[in-house]
Amino acid sequence: MREEIITSGRMNHLIDPQLHIWHWHIPLYLFLGGLAAGILFFAALYTVLGKEKEYPTAVKIAPFLTPFLLMVGLLALLLDLNHKLYFWRLYTTIRLESPMSWGAWTLMVVTPLSIIWCALNIKTIFPKWDWKYKWLWELDKFFRKNLIIISWIMLIFSLILGVYTGILFSAFNARPLWNTSILGPLFLTSGLSTGAAAIVLMSKNKHERHTFARIDLMLIGIELFLIVHMFMGFLASTQVHIEAASLFLGGPYTTPFWLFVVTLGLATPALLEVLELKGFKMPVFIAPVLVIFGGLMFRFIIAYAGQASRWLY
Amino acid sequence: MRYAMAVDTKKCVGCSDCVVACQTENNVPIGYCRDWIVEVTDGTYPQLEIEIRSERCNHCANSPCVRCCPTGASHYAKGGVVLVTPHKCIGCGACIASCPYDARFPHPDGYVDKCTFCLHNRVEKGLNPACVSVCPTKCLYFGDLDDPNSPVSKVLKNRKNKTLIPEAGTNPHLFFLI
Repeated sequence: MREEIITSGRMNHLIDPQLHIWHWHIPLYLFLGGLAAGILFFAALYTVLGKEKEYPTAVKIAPFLTPFLLMVGLLALLLDLNHKLYFWRLYTTIRLESPMSWGAWTLMVVTPLSIIWCALNIKTIFPKWDWKYKWLWELDKFFRKNLIIISWIMLIFSLILGVYTGILFSAFNARPLWNTSILGPLFLTSGLSTGAAAIVLMSKNKHERHTFARIDLMLIGIELFLIVHMFMGFLASTQVHIEAASLFLGGPYTTPFWLFVVTLGLATPALLEVLELKGFKMPVFIAPVLVIFGGLMFRFIIAYAGQASRWLY
Repeated sequence: MRYAMAVDTKKCVGCSDCVVACQTENNVPIGYCRDWIVEVTDGTYPQLEIEIRSERCNHCANSPCVRCCPTGASHYAKGGVVLVTPHKCIGCGACIASCPYDARFPHPDGYVDKCTFCLHNRVEKGLNPACVSVCPTKCLYFGDLDDPNSPVSKVLKNRKNKTLIPEAGTNPHLFFLI
């Protein structure tokens, strides 16, 4: 038997008895960032492919959500900081080894892009919209002329944003549960999946809805595959990684993870989407709402469980 | 120059004098500590073994906290000592989450705080860190690893020693004599 105690009574705020430095802000931001990345990715993708007319919701309507999603996410990030007035220090340096640094810069690119995208499509929402100043007209004309270039930039940066939400965690080798490079692709897939679900939810066009339901189904499949892979990697790794996996395999996070994320967030919507594509009649909103709920729960569970996993010594 | 510290686990009695000395010297806010005592009991009665360690920041040569810091507030100072510049720190918590030793904490003023090896307030004036100076059993050794005659180099040469979680790849510079 081995017993280890801190006898001098260390009880540092937010560190002891177990690390809890990050609360709801970070997982909420990761969810909103992933969702925005997903929506922007599909908008850019179908513009590059020249299918704007076929998928109007994905290209012209759903992106209107993204500036708000990103701003709420950024607000959550700001609230999370302990030294809030110094937040601008993020933008006085670029540190490539720190995911948080290049993530902050990625947001600096994606947020204005999402606003430009909305401005270019504003007439789909307000058909009588008119730019009041001449320079705004010219700016509008300039962006329209370079739409394909903007789409390519947005395509790439939305992917970076989606991957970054996972890499933020996987850079911390002190928390074995986060310390797996599969979190990057996993969070990206989850973000794209919630993005596709949001488009299904907003679309009134049956063809578009079915296309995105199929895309979502494929992404859910990839996500399940990556989750299985993650556990295989953990269980074949060191003692601390095995213990990290056991948080989900019998430990305190077993029920929330397998019930909310895997069953309700992935398996059930997949089944409903298959049935709908087969022609069964059912309310279309159930599957996408479950996917979005599952994505949110996934971020929260990984954020909290990660802080509970640690090295033994 | 490479500053390091060695803790003699055979001499440490866990009196917490180092903890109090640090809090006094560095104005550590009440309720927080930059160093602490860990007591490890191994085995079953009557075959018990005990190890007492005075722990603090490991001033790693490959510090995850410096790597993760988005603003460069966490940095390597003179002699490889890992420090935080308060007016550059945004308090994001990345370094706290990245430290396998949980040696960092958010200061009530917002920035992140931790052991400094008393670099500016004592070591640069030729004194030992507060914890080393005050230790009643003289179980703490401090000095420059590049200098073969420094107390820490000498004791590490003569005694078996270990570091904590070397498998985390941090290359820690806080040694424990066993």
